[in-house]
Amino acid sequence: MIPSAASLLRALRGARPLALLSALALLGGCNAVVLDPAGDIAQQQAWLIVASTVLMLVIIVPVMALTVLFAWRYRQSNKEARYEPEWDHSTQLELLIWAAPLLIIICLGALTWVSTHLLDPYRPIARVAEGKPIAAEVEPLEVEVVALDWKWLFIYPQYGVATVNELAAPVDRPINFRITSSSVMNSFYVPALAGMIYAMPGMETKLHAVINKAGNYEGFSANYSGAGFSGMRFRFHGLNDAQFAEWVAKAKAGNGPLDRNVYLKLEQPSENVPVARFAGIEEGLYNAIVNMCVEPGKMCMSEMMAIDAKGGLGKEGIRNVRQLTYDKHARRGAVLASEPVVVGAICAPPAPVRQAAAARPAADQAPLTGAGLPRPGASATADAKPSRPTNS
Amino acid sequence: MDTHPAAALSPIFGRLSLDSLPLHEPIVVATFIAVVIGGLVTVGAITKFRLWGYLWNEWFTTVDHKRIGIMYMILGLIMFVRGFADAVMMRLQQAMAFGGSEGYLNAHHYDQIFTAHGVIMIFFVAMPFITGLMNYIVPLQIGARDVSFPFLNNFSFWMTAAGAVLVMMSLFVGEFAQTGWLAYPPLSGIGYSPATGVDYYIWALQIAGVGTTLSGINLIATIVKLRAPGMKLMRMPVFTWTSLCANILIVASFPILTATLVLLSLDRYVGTNFFTNDFGGSAMMYVNLIWIWGHPEVYILILPLFGVFSEVTSTFSGKRLFGYSSMVYATVCIMVLSYLVWLHHFFTMGSGASVNSFFGITTMVISIPTGAKLFNWLFTMYRGRIRFELPMMWTVAFMLTFTIGGMTGVLLAVPPADFVLHNSLFLIAHFHNVIIGGVLFGLFAAINYWWPKAFGYKLDVFWGKVSFWCWQIGFWMAFTPLYILGLMGVTRRMRVFDDPSLQIWFVIAAIGAAIVAMGIAAMFIQFFVSFMKRKQLADTTGDPWGGRTLEWATSSPPPDYNFAFTPVIHDLDAWADMKKNGYERPLAGFRSIHMPSNTGTGIILAGLSTVCGFALIWYIWWLAGLSFVALLAVAIAHTFNYKRDFHIPVEDVITTENERTRLLSAGA
Amino acid sequence: MADISLNLNTADGRPLYHLAEEPHHPEGSSTMLGFWLYLMSDCLIFAILFATYGVLGANYAAGPSPKDLFDLKLIALNTAMLLFSSITYGFAMLEMQKGRTGTTQLWLAVTGLFGLAFLGIELYEFAHLIHEGATPQRSAFLSTFFTLVGTHGLHVTFGLIWLVTLMVQVSRRGLVPANKRRLMCLSLFWHFLDVIWIGVFTFVYLMGMLR
Repeated sequence: MIPSAASLLRALRGARPLALLSALALLGGCNAVVLDPAGDIAQQQAWLIVASTVLMLVIIVPVMALTVLFAWRYRQSNKEARYEPEWDHSTQLELLIWAAPLLIIICLGALTWVSTHLLDPYRPIARVAEGKPIAAEVEPLEVEVVALDWKWLFIYPQYGVATVNELAAPVDRPINFRITSSSVMNSFYVPALAGMIYAMPGMETKLHAVINKAGNYEGFSANYSGAGFSGMRFRFHGLNDAQFAEWVAKAKAGNGPLDRNVYLKLEQPSENVPVARFAGIEEGLYNAIVNMCVEPGKMCMSEMMAIDAKGGLGKEGIRNVRQLTYDKHARRGAVLASEPVVVGAICAPPAPVRQAAAARPAADQAPLTGAGLPRPGASATADAKPSRPTNS
Repeated sequence: MDTHPAAALSPIFGRLSLDSLPLHEPIVVATFIAVVIGGLVTVGAITKFRLWGYLWNEWFTTVDHKRIGIMYMILGLIMFVRGFADAVMMRLQQAMAFGGSEGYLNAHHYDQIFTAHGVIMIFFVAMPFITGLMNYIVPLQIGARDVSFPFLNNFSFWMTAAGAVLVMMSLFVGEFAQTGWLAYPPLSGIGYSPATGVDYYIWALQIAGVGTTLSGINLIATIVKLRAPGMKLMRMPVFTWTSLCANILIVASFPILTATLVLLSLDRYVGTNFFTNDFGGSAMMYVNLIWIWGHPEVYILILPLFGVFSEVTSTFSGKRLFGYSSMVYATVCIMVLSYLVWLHHFFTMGSGASVNSFFGITTMVISIPTGAKLFNWLFTMYRGRIRFELPMMWTVAFMLTFTIGGMTGVLLAVPPADFVLHNSLFLIAHFHNVIIGGVLFGLFAAINYWWPKAFGYKLDVFWGKVSFWCWQIGFWMAFTPLYILGLMGVTRRMRVFDDPSLQIWFVIAAIGAAIVAMGIAAMFIQFFVSFMKRKQLADTTGDPWGGRTLEWATSSPPPDYNFAFTPVIHDLDAWADMKKNGYERPLAGFRSIHMPSNTGTGIILAGLSTVCGFALIWYIWWLAGLSFVALLAVAIAHTFNYKRDFHIPVEDVITTENERTRLLSAGA
Repeated sequence: MADISLNLNTADGRPLYHLAEEPHHPEGSSTMLGFWLYLMSDCLIFAILFATYGVLGANYAAGPSPKDLFDLKLIALNTAMLLFSSITYGFAMLEMQKGRTGTTQLWLAVTGLFGLAFLGIELYEFAHLIHEGATPQRSAFLSTFFTLVGTHGLHVTFGLIWLVTLMVQVSRRGLVPANKRRLMCLSLFWHFLDVIWIGVFTFVYLMGMLR
C-alpha cells in the first residue's frame, strides 16, 4: 500500500512542471506565492496542492461536463432525446458512481498519508532542496518565536540576539523554529518559506524549514488574535552567509539586552510595532516564556505539571494561587469570582535553567517506507516543557 | 492592582450605562436612526390597519407548522439582509484599506462585523431557513396534520427569534464579540474580552440553541411517529430522509455546543479554569469541543438542501429519482462520518502526522457519498424531460458550483496543503463556495419550488431569472478573487493591507458583492411583483409543477388540517403513484378534524428568556433572577392547562373542500 | 404512523388511497419517544462534561487532588439517598399502574424527601470544599468537578420542582392519562439522573481516590 503510494508520488512528480505551469498560467501575472514559494518545504506543499487538484479534476471535469451535457441534451424541447420516466436503477451504474470517487480517494488518501508524514512540521528536514541533502557540518539555525500582542519576537539563541518584527535566515541553512505565544492563539506563517503552525500560550509548537532564494518576504499571524492583528506583520529576509553575519552584527548593535524586565515591558499590548533589535538575551528567557513564568514569583508550567503528575500539593497548596496566575496584562476579572487570596510563595521560583541544546538527530535520508513512518527525531531528548498539544 | 469587577457595578443597571450606547460610531448611529424610523413606520402601519390582533391570534401564537415555517423563513430573510450588510461592509473596507489608508472601519468595529457576519449567517439565516423549510414541508410530505409537539414548535421558533433579537440588540446597546464566529479562548475569555460582546454571543446562541434542539427532537418524533399509513422508511421522500438525518445531527450535536458555551460562560462569569491559560485550563479543549459540534453543523445545513435538489431534479426531469436507496445510504453515511472529521479545522495545531492524516482521510471519505449523490442527480436528469423552471436552474447551478467547492474542500483536507491555505482567503472562498453554492442556492430552489404551495401563486419568472443571473455572476466575481488571494498568501480577518498589488482583487470582489446585492434586490422585487400578479400566477390545482410527493396532493395553500382524509401510501413517489392510478379526490364523507389549539406561552417564555439573557449580559442580577423565576412560573402554569386541542367542525371542512372542488373544476 | 397491520387495499384488492376514518393517534403518542430523544440530548451534555473531566481532571494546578478532598463515606451516603429515591419512585409507578392515587402520592413524597436529602448532602459537601479554599476557581480539576457534579445537582433540583408540580396536578385531577404520561416522563428522568450519578460516583469519586 505505502510503497505503491510512494511510487505514485514519484510518478506524479514527473508531471510537476507541466501542472505547475498550467496553474501559474491560470493565475496570470499575479504573485501567487503559495504556488511559487522560495523555500523547499513550501515548494513541496505547493506541488502537493497542484497534484491533488489534478487528481481531483480527473473526476470533477467529467461530472461538470456531464451536468452541462445532460442538462442540454435532455431539455424539454428536445423531443429526440430518449425519455424513460420509470428508469431509476442500474446496478452497474450504481457500482460505478460509488467506485469512481472511491478510487480517487484511495489515491488521494495514500498521497495524504505519505505527504503528511513527510511534511510534518515537527520533522527535521533532510534536504535543502530536491537532490541537495544537508551537509553533515551544517548546524541548523535555531529560532525561538514568540507571538506577542501584537508583534513577533524572534530569539536567536546561537547568536545571543533577538528582534521584533524582523526575521532573517541564511539561504540553504535549515531553520528550526520553536514557537509559542504570550497570551492568545496566533499562527506563525511565512508563505514563501513553509506552511503555518499555531502559536499557543503555555505550549510550544515546532516548525522545520529552509529558504532557498535570497529575498525579502512577508510573514504574519494567520490566526485572528484581537484588535492589533492586522499589524502583526514582519519581514523575513533570506540572506547569504555574509549578509546574515552583517544582519547579526546589526542586531548586536541594537536596543540593548533583552532580560525579563525588558520582555515584560515588550509584551504589553502594542500595535504596528517597528523593528527592534536586542543583543544579550537572558538565560532561559524563552523557556520561561513557554512556561509562563517570566514574571518573578510565578511557578513555571513545567514545574506545576510535574507537581500535578505526582498528585498535586494537597490542601497546603490550596491558597498558593498568586504565582499561578498567568494572564498578565489582561488581569482576570470574572464578575462572580472572589479575588484569589495571596499567600507567599511556598517554593522559590525555579532557577532559570538553560535548556540543554538537544543533540540534533541525524537527518534521515531514507525514503519513507513502511507503516508507522517514525518521525525522525521522535526519540530525541525528552523535553521537560509542555510541547506538542495533545488532542485526547 | 485592578479593582474587583463587581465593585464597579450599579445594583440596578449592572454595567449598563449611557456610555454603553455606541454614540461615537456614526455608522451605528445612522443605522440606529434608520431602524427606529423603519420600526416606527411598521408599528404605525400595523396599528393603523388594526393588525395586532390578527398577528397575535393567527401568527404569533399559532401552532400550525405551516405558519411557523413561514415565520422561520421571514426571520431568516430579515437576518439575511443584516448579515449581507455586514458582508458588504467588509468587502468595502478591504477594498479601501491599502497604501496606508485605514479604510473607514476601526478595528473595534470591523472585528465585530466579521464576527457578527459569521454568527448571523450560520445561526440566524441558514438555521431558520432550513428549520422553516423542514417545518413547512415535512408534515405535508408524510401526510401528517401537524408536528408531534405543536406547542414546542411555536416555542422553538420564538427562542430562535429571541437569539436573533439579542444579536440585533448588540448593535445598538454595547457591542458584539470581536473574536471570530467561534470565539476561541483565551481571546474570548474575560481577561482578553472583558466587555459585553462575547456575552451577547454566548446568550444569543444558548437561547437560540434551546429552540434548535427542541425543534430537532420535534421533527424526529414527527417523522418517526406521524407518517401516513403505508409510508415505510424506504418510501419516505428524500427530503424527509435528509431532514430526518439533519435533525438527528441537530439532537446529537447542539447539546455539545450548549455544554461548551456553558463552560465558556462559567470561565467568564465565575472564574473557572476550563479554557484559561492559568490553573491548568486548556484552550485547545474548547477548539476541539466547538468543532465536534461545528462540523456536524455544516451537514445539518447542507443535508436538507440535498433533499431539496433530489425533489427538484426528479420533478423537473419528469422522472423517478435515480438510485433512491443509494441516495438514502449516502445521506446516512454522511451523517455518521460528519462526526469523524472535526480535527481538519485545526491541522495547524500540531497534532502530529498520524492524527492529521487520519482526519484528513476521513474528510476525503465523506466526498465519496457526496459524489455518489451528485451522480444520482446526474442520472436522474439522464433520459429525462428537463423543464428549466427556476428551481431546476438553481439546481443545475448548484451542481456546477458545489463541485468546485467540494474539490477545494478535499484539497484543504490534505494536511500539508492546509498548512499553507488554512485561515487564508482560499478557505473563505471554499466555504462560501459550498455554503452559498449548496445551502443558499438550495434555499432559492426550495423557495421557488414550494412558494406556490405556501401562498397559492407561482413566483414571477422574469425577476427570478434576473436574481439568478446576478447571483451566478456576482458569486463568482466575489469569490474567485478570494481563491486567488488565498494562493497569494493573504489571510482572513485582516483589516488593512500593505501590498498594493492585492487591491485590484479586493475591488473585483467588492464589485461581485454589489452584483450579489442586485440579485438579492431582484429577489425581493420578485416577491413583490409576484404578490401583485398573484391572480395571474395563481395555482388552483395544488400541483403546479407536476409534483411527485404528497404535499402536491392537497390544495395551495393547504388547509389548516393539511389533508381532509389521511392519505395511504403505496409507492415512493406517493402523489405520482396516485395520479398514475387515477386517484379521485373524495367529495363526501368528511369528518370533523382534531387539531391542537394556539397558545401564547411560547412567545412569553421566549420574551422572558430574552430579558434574562440581556440581564445576564449586563450583570443586572436582580432582573436575571426575576425573569428566570418568571420563566419557571410561566412554564409550570402552562402545564396546568390540560385542554390543548379542539375540533375543526365538519361544516368548516366541507366548506373548505367544496371551495377546492370549485377551484379545481374552474381550472380544468 | 406507519401501521403495517392496517389494510391498505379496498375489499376488491385495489389500492386504497385514503382512510375514511381518522387513524387513531392517541394523544401524546409521540411523547415517550420525544422524551427519550430529549434525555439522549441531555446525556450528551453530561458526556461532554465527563470528557472535560477526563481531560482536565488531573490538572490540580499544584493544589489539592481528589484524595485530599473527597470524603467517600459521605458520598456513599449520598449515593444511597439517590438510589433509594429511584426505588421509591419505582414503587410510586407500581401504585400508579394500580390506579391508587393516595399511595402514589405518598411514594412520590418519599422520593422527593430522598432527593432533598441528596441535594442537602451535596450542598454540604460543596460548602465544605469552598470553605477549605477548594473553590471551582482553584484549578481546572476543581472547575470540572464542580461543573459536572453541580450540573447533575441542578438536574435533580429541577426534577424536584417537577415532582412537586406533578404532585399538585395529580391531587387536582387524579391519575388521568395525561398525568400518568407525565409521571412516566419524570420517572425516566429520575432514573436517568440515577444512572448519571452512578457514572459520577465511579468515575469521579471512586477512581479519583485511586489516582
